Amino acid sequence: MTNRERRNLRNGLLFILPWVAGFAAFIAYPLGASIYFSLCDYSVLKAPIYIGGANYQELATDPIFWESMGNTLFFAMLFLPLSTGLAISLALLLNTGVRGMAAYRTIFFLPSLTPMVASGILWMWMLNGEYGVVNHALNYLLRPFGVEAPTWLQSTTWAKPAIVLMSLWGVGYAVVIYLAALQDVPLQLYEAADLDGARWHSKVRHITLPLLSPAIFFNVVMGLITALQIFALPYVLTNGAGGPGRSTTFYAMYLYNCAFRYLRMGYACAMAWILFLIILGLTLVIHRASRRHVFYAGG
Amino acid sequence: MLPAVSRPVFAFGAGCLALLVCGCQVLVPQSQDEYVNGRIRITYWEKWTGFEGEAIKRVVDHFNQIQDRIYVDLITMSQIDQKALIAIAGGDPPDLVGLWSSGLPSFAEKQALMPLAPFMEKAGMSRDDFIKVYIDVNCYRGELYGLPTTPATTALHWNKRMFREAGLDPDRPPRTLAELDEMAAKLTKYDGQGHLVQLGFSPAEPGWWPWGWGFWFGGQLFKDDEIAFDSPENLAAFRWIASYTNRYGAEELRRFQSGFSGNFASPQNAFFSERVAMVMQGVWLANFIHQYAPKLEWAAAPFPSAAPGMENVTIADCDSISIPVGAHHPDEAFEFIRYLCSQEGLEMLCMAQQKFTPLKNVSPAFVENHPNEYIRLFIDLASSPNACHTPDLSIWFEYSDEITAAFDMVLFGLDTPEHAVAQVQQRVSAIWKRAKESIERREKAEGKVAR
Repeated sequence: MTNRERRNLRNGLLFILPWVAGFAAFIAYPLGASIYFSLCDYSVLKAPIYIGGANYQELATDPIFWESMGNTLFFAMLFLPLSTGLAISLALLLNTGVRGMAAYRTIFFLPSLTPMVASGILWMWMLNGEYGVVNHALNYLLRPFGVEAPTWLQSTTWAKPAIVLMSLWGVGYAVVIYLAALQDVPLQLYEAADLDGARWHSKVRHITLPLLSPAIFFNVVMGLITALQIFALPYVLTNGAGGPGRSTTFYAMYLYNCAFRYLRMGYACAMAWILFLIILGLTLVIHRASRRHVFYAGG
Repeated sequence: MLPAVSRPVFAFGAGCLALLVCGCQVLVPQSQDEYVNGRIRITYWEKWTGFEGEAIKRVVDHFNQIQDRIYVDLITMSQIDQKALIAIAGGDPPDLVGLWSSGLPSFAEKQALMPLAPFMEKAGMSRDDFIKVYIDVNCYRGELYGLPTTPATTALHWNKRMFREAGLDPDRPPRTLAELDEMAAKLTKYDGQGHLVQLGFSPAEPGWWPWGWGFWFGGQLFKDDEIAFDSPENLAAFRWIASYTNRYGAEELRRFQSGFSGNFASPQNAFFSERVAMVMQGVWLANFIHQYAPKLEWAAAPFPSAAPGMENVTIADCDSISIPVGAHHPDEAFEFIRYLCSQEGLEMLCMAQQKFTPLKNVSPAFVENHPNEYIRLFIDLASSPNACHTPDLSIWFEYSDEITAAFDMVLFGLDTPEHAVAQVQQRVSAIWKRAKESIERREKAEGKVAR
């Protein structure tokens, strides 16, 4: 190693040092500690006591753990396809080249900028079973058929779909990514398809979607992670209670309650690691599936 | 000679050093902060905001004025229990913390709060100065970990105008639970399409004590060191809750209640907007009526019980003040508690918050000048032998969350009272068994260390 190389290495290490120190103190250490705590009876207020796999064993038979897991998977399974479909549809609509498109794009992106708590409170009023604007419209349409609109957040059946509906409000980020990807679709492919007499839906099906697939893959993975970690919105809407009747007790909410309400940090750490493994597993599954369905234009 | 250092590297190094110095400033407790003008600085975290926050601020300001040794620094804190937990665990807690009595056992069990008996003895204070129930709620396994600041009891509040309109005597509240149900039926109204527009009573409005209804049936939550939820009394309470669902229909009740749920401190409150004629509420309700519905014609009386001969049943709880373990100046902190919990301090605080004081001795002027004309009722309820409270149980939050979920399921007609009660009993007994094992394990581990 020459002097110059050595100096470069030293300077390089020096420059990276703050990041390494931050990473070690705020990410690596807590990660490692949480593995250890997940094997402990740990209340935060007292020193941890090692108990082996007891926390994991208890999780297997904890009915609320399974209920919260079920709620979260239900949410993710409903939210992911809906948000993907909606975002792609919006992106396609916003890519048509109509006049004033920049304004439309801004309008559709704006809700993503609203703070979650503010939009949550607003939606709470819009979905109010008695006075909500949504139910006014729905009842106008449904009452002639003798059907009543649901009470949304008051109902154990409809509370989760209501939260899906609210979450779809923030679909703007995905739309922006799809829009960017749409700009990359080579125009000559559409021209060739036009010459062959392809219709609009054939072009979408055979050109747009395949070339959009890397963006879809990215958004699905990110959406899955977000959906499985859903916390802030239901927490605000139910004041942390996850009601009615635990219908909106999602995984991350139960985890939070275990850690900070029931003072069972060890148990919460075990839950966090299980969630990590679930997210990792599902991401790997999607990654594997993507090999057949995702096309990279570069080859 | 020192090696030559290039300019960017020097700037970078200097920056790091500056950061490090700043970091140390933050991390190391500041000795100069412990004194204010030569007085010992006590930090006091309290949860109150608005006029309740103003009330405690006045008491603190007065304390800071009348003596020259201690300076109390009042800091308003949201989610105080969780922040206190982190501060205590981190070894740098405030000197005083205002918790809720219901959360006290879980802190006390983990030895996060200092027992107050030695301080009280030194200061010549006695537990007997306080109304018994407010000492009970601040005890864990017989040891006192907090003193009551602002207490509360609950009572039936009814709308006199609606009573008159329904042909009931507006000055005569129901005396038994059966009578309350009967009156509730008379006070309930439907619109032309068969939808509820006015409700006499609902066990879910405001729905803050789903775990407490058993008290009016003679039930208990915890007895002889065991979870006692599956008693016939608690089951009867859940059957009574289900009777409201059966009478009005789960969907209709839900639709009606969705119009005002979560709107306590607002004119949309079901009681203020005259959509529910009778509610069980605490002593604080009068403040909010004055603020949001000053023209409301209302009165208060003990909530009637189902058990014959059982009178003046109420739920008593309070805000408390405690000294966290690790507090820098526990003696000075207690000096402030001593002032706050004197008749002068508590009457100043509780009058401004429009509550009653937890002390047995009350000055006649306090009751006479109190803005809540029913204050005597709430004071008397606190001394009732049937004043009930949350159990002395470190797993109380798990227990109450389980009851709340069961209550929702029964109210929405999704579960039977029998199954719901049995399920709570079974689940919470398992949680209690696990918690007891954890306590034993800890005692064993600490015993080893001590040896």
